[in-house]
Amino acid sequence: MDMNEIKEIFFQECEEQLAELESGLLKLNDGDRDPETVNAVFRAVHSIKGGAGAFGLDDLVSFAHVFETTLDCVRSNRLDPGPEVLKVMLKSADVLADLTNAARDGGSVDEARSRQLIKELEALANGEVPQASAAPVEVVAKPVAAVAAPPVNEEGFQPVAFSFDDFEAAEEPPLMETPTYEIVFRPKSDLYAKGNEATLLLRDLSRLGDMSIHCDMEALPTLDRLSPESAYFFWKIQLATDKGEDAIRAVFEFAEWDCDLEISLASDEAASSDEELPMQPVPFDLSILDDEPAVSVGVVEEEEQLASQQLGNAAVSVAGTASNVLQMAQSAARAPAEKAAPAASAAAQGAAGQQAAASAATPTIRVDLDRVDRLINLVGELVINQAMLSQSVVENDTNGTSSINMGLEELQQLTREIQDSVMAIRAQPVKPVFQRMSRIVREIADMTGKSVRLITEGENTEVDKTVIDKLAEPLTHMIRNAVDHGLETPEKRLAAGKSAEGTVRLTAKHRSGRIVIELADDGAGINREKVRQKAIDNDLIAADANLSDEEIDNLIFHAGFSTADKISDISGRGVGMDVVKRSIQALGGRINISSKPGHGSVFTMSLPLTLAVLDGMVVTVANQTLVVPLTAIVETLQPEASAIHSFGANQRLISIRNSFCPLVDVGRILNFRAIQANPVEGVALLVESEGGGQRALMVDAIQGQRQVVIKSLEANYTHVPGIAAATILGDGRVALILDVDAIVAASRGQSLKPEMSLAAVG
Amino acid sequence: MTYAAKNLTTDGRELIAFRVGAQEFCVNIMSVREIRGWTPATPMPHAPSYVLGVINLRGAVLPIVDLSARLGMTPADPTVRHVIIVAQVKSQVVGLLVDAVSDILTITNDKIQPTPDVVSSEFEKSFARGVLAIEGRMICLIELEAIFPQEEREAA
Repeated sequence: MDMNEIKEIFFQECEEQLAELESGLLKLNDGDRDPETVNAVFRAVHSIKGGAGAFGLDDLVSFAHVFETTLDCVRSNRLDPGPEVLKVMLKSADVLADLTNAARDGGSVDEARSRQLIKELEALANGEVPQASAAPVEVVAKPVAAVAAPPVNEEGFQPVAFSFDDFEAAEEPPLMETPTYEIVFRPKSDLYAKGNEATLLLRDLSRLGDMSIHCDMEALPTLDRLSPESAYFFWKIQLATDKGEDAIRAVFEFAEWDCDLEISLASDEAASSDEELPMQPVPFDLSILDDEPAVSVGVVEEEEQLASQQLGNAAVSVAGTASNVLQMAQSAARAPAEKAAPAASAAAQGAAGQQAAASAATPTIRVDLDRVDRLINLVGELVINQAMLSQSVVENDTNGTSSINMGLEELQQLTREIQDSVMAIRAQPVKPVFQRMSRIVREIADMTGKSVRLITEGENTEVDKTVIDKLAEPLTHMIRNAVDHGLETPEKRLAAGKSAEGTVRLTAKHRSGRIVIELADDGAGINREKVRQKAIDNDLIAADANLSDEEIDNLIFHAGFSTADKISDISGRGVGMDVVKRSIQALGGRINISSKPGHGSVFTMSLPLTLAVLDGMVVTVANQTLVVPLTAIVETLQPEASAIHSFGANQRLISIRNSFCPLVDVGRILNFRAIQANPVEGVALLVESEGGGQRALMVDAIQGQRQVVIKSLEANYTHVPGIAAATILGDGRVALILDVDAIVAASRGQSLKPEMSLAAVG
Repeated sequence: MTYAAKNLTTDGRELIAFRVGAQEFCVNIMSVREIRGWTPATPMPHAPSYVLGVINLRGAVLPIVDLSARLGMTPADPTVRHVIIVAQVKSQVVGLLVDAVSDILTITNDKIQPTPDVVSSEFEKSFARGVLAIEGRMICLIELEAIFPQEEREAA
């Protein structure tokens, strides 16, 4: 694995961390005060900082560091995460995302903005916190680290000062308010083999708070049996810290696989059993380590001498002798050493096992999208082949051999199940896209000086990855429009009797096999007079055109249409809603708007859950087999002669429950036949098109319903007006999938051209 | 079938010769993916007359072009005896309906004679890259990319 791959993984993880960060901040913004949320946010920034440091991404590191510092204040309850604080933090999250992107793609970031935010963050960390201790741990630690880096000898071992002699406790430990942890740190030889250094870990630990250490050398064999590469010592540490167990674990982060680690809160009873200890723990000051010469582990006698020498030098504070050792370790010490060791390690394993179980809650793997796509293609082929097999068996099997049929039925169910499971691999919650939107809302709210609240619902609604990827762009446009055009300025809102803060609600839900995304704002709604005037000015409609409200609303989807009085940075370049509409249509979706003057507008998008399969009705038209998407069909009916009414030269209407609906001969529209078919001989499919209007599509016969795999026509051919895509049916032949909206538009007198003219919209 | 002289010089190239109506044509073998029998195609609405429709080629949708009609000759009436040459044209794959594949030729570039200036239409000039005299027959070397210019395919 080369550096770039590792870096790529880092950036992928960054994306996840950024998402985690943003969702955590938003939770806090909504009043969540769960310490876990704060921790999650902190961890996210911390991980990014750590990774960025490894890759030398200095900009990222320095920003993340300041951010982390401020978050640390929140974490330790020195800073209350009020709305103002969170506003800065959310902005910082945005900048952090920008910096990450810039680090990956080499783009530039708004440096003034990040500098400004660094200042704001620092102000939060310092200004609002009275105690001097507000300074972050890292900052305090830095000078220490610089001085304290000890010389490491060739063996990579630093001696720890200790004494073999009994050592009397001079005084009782002072009563500590901060929780005291008892840690048993039992390195394995692997720890040293991997270049880790117990001393450094202990020193890091000492920075967390007041610490005393006892080194247990029970396991040390006599010199002739000593293996120089084995680890014989373990340490019992008592640490008074308010940083929490996580911070302690963090110290051992890179060593945890190579040592047994037990961490527990100290209890006072430990003090009473002090005398029973065969060997007194020796408290010592770690700072002596820095002045001491390096000593090899093998030379025990020498070490002994050195140790007593060190004791003389060391500024030994005898605090914390009593509860220095774990109770369990005490009893183990009284028992024979052979028995004690396995017991302790078993306990340690138990603890490690629990930890592993906690982190293994939802195991995930990263898979290349290409591999998944290949699998999906193959399953598509499997479905087609299975259908072909079934069909040929049905054709050749005159006496209906039940075992073959049963086998085939089972095969069919299995293929369906495989297909569903494979599709589920690609299904992702819309959450990441929705989260991106909250950032866009913040930015535009800032730019326009409006106060906006984004409410998202149904973030966990799952939809195919391709749909998600293509959703971001139109959604961004729409959100921008909603804030820029939809919502009024705070003054106007107050004047209209609304709250100053506008609300944009983004909702996702599943509805009849599609995902429906709704974007609602509580703004002024569409100004129909203005839209109409604009359309007339731009020669889009005739001045005397008689349009319904719905038709006027839909004018905004027309290319080159923007009602913003002045062209703003945000929207109003006239490339808004028509682009949105086109990209939604390209996804096989529909978009509608409904607006109430004074109460806001609702955009409703309905999208297929996947772009790979479609439930369709297989029909026959002029001897050709076509597939009509099931989602478009409202109902099917067998027209009676009495229900058909001629209208004008060659229009016909069908009366359905006393309303008239235009009849469209699919065969004629697609040029499959020269003259219109007799409606009475065929079947009418009542379809609803995007404009909301209903049409009755005439087909010759219905063959059945089937899930079909969508095949691109464009790959080897070209876009065909009136045809959405192709599929392969059970007999191996290609069938065309009807583009219902285009057919309906064509029936309104347009030629079937990919570019829709205005009348198709209005 | 005629045995074509194998002349494996450095500038030698291999061509596939096929019959359309009474004439013989050839294309560079490197653009040919496979040769398969005729299967009924699904007609496409609003397609040019020379596009017979689309067929299923192992899961891909493959348009079939009647080369005879495309070259301005009598449209073919496809039967099971017809052959589809699956060819790569730029990024797309198309099926060419021809009467029969007749030969694989290995020739050197100097065997290719310039197209006689009897051809009148610009279209024929654009796709004919030269003619070959092989054992008394005349085989016209055609350029597939000229037959299916991208703009025309998109407009189709």
